Amino acid sequence: MNITARFTALALPALLAGSALLASTPTLAAGAAAAPAVSDANIFNRNLKKTADPNPPPWEDGIHDPENEATHALQPPKEAYAGLPTSTYGNHIDWVKALDDGLIRPRWDRVNSNEEPFVMDLDIVRPVKASMPDVVFPHRQHTEWLFCSNCHPAIFVPQKGANQINMSAILLGQKCGVCHGKVSFPITTASCKKCHSKPKPEGWTPPLSDATLKNPWK
Amino acid sequence: MSPKIERKHPLNALILGLLVSLGLWAAPQDSQAEYADVVINNYADAAGMRPAVFPHWFHRIRFRCKVCHADLGFQFKAGGNQITMAKIIDGQFCGACHNGEVAWSVENCAMCHSGIPGTPTHFHGSTLQRLIAPAYKPLDPKETAGVKYDANNEKNK
Repeated sequence: MNITARFTALALPALLAGSALLASTPTLAAGAAAAPAVSDANIFNRNLKKTADPNPPPWEDGIHDPENEATHALQPPKEAYAGLPTSTYGNHIDWVKALDDGLIRPRWDRVNSNEEPFVMDLDIVRPVKASMPDVVFPHRQHTEWLFCSNCHPAIFVPQKGANQINMSAILLGQKCGVCHGKVSFPITTASCKKCHSKPKPEGWTPPLSDATLKNPWK
Repeated sequence: MSPKIERKHPLNALILGLLVSLGLWAAPQDSQAEYADVVINNYADAAGMRPAVFPHWFHRIRFRCKVCHADLGFQFKAGGNQITMAKIIDGQFCGACHNGEVAWSVENCAMCHSGIPGTPTHFHGSTLQRLIAPAYKPLDPKETAGVKYDANNEKNK
């Protein structure tokens, strides 16, 4: 303690005098000895990767080559996203809302900007065995963007009960995961409820597992 | 206008320098490109071109999914379409629009071929990429650089 105090007392006038380099080295050495650093192995959120800027311009995104001059002619996403409704995942843009609000007018035809989509307003409810709310699949939002043949019959058989879907398959890029998790909104904690949107009936309790029902140590 | 640009220059250079040094060791998983950007490097590296980068976000503002994925026949799979320049100048795939009529023409090579050399074909920001414990073995850029895509290879299916 005394040594540190004496170093600081010496360092202060020295700093004022302008020889900061000479004086700060012994002060730092004394400070490190007093408080050992926490190991990098024990930091918070070791596995939580957060991006500082979700929509960097192409020349800063790590995929485009900044040494390619044409990269700098590409539009930065933020310029296009100005005024569009935001979300917290994917492109950080709510594309469905942007379309519904008329803030973007993507063409339904390659050349004719007046052609309108064939929209089908039909919700499909899929009961979920576990405690998650049941899934409501809205055809409307999907047919605004896609044609029937994009999903039927290759990805989803258009028949009730013919499609086995589970979250593992979706995360691995099958079924809904052909688009969701690649281009349309991804699977994150914040987006679960977009599909799992129909609450279970009043008084519903999750089915007990066999391990609980037949527990020999009960 | 001009003094603004001049003031920006040193910062841009610094960021560029940082990126280039980062790019030397950063895997594609560490990059922060826009969600759904597709790097297509089936043949580009082998042909001495930078890989092509397709920005979904830019195109979905102008076209519904249906136009490319139903009318033009693009499969829902990164690298799954075996696009070549020969097909493009025949009006297939990108060439259906990038023909100087609907959108700018193919002589603007570097607008698409703008990826960092050696970046493997992948869907940027996909759920699979974001999983903490990989559910599949990520491609090693060093191994894939210069390797030709073979649709019949079991590994590519």
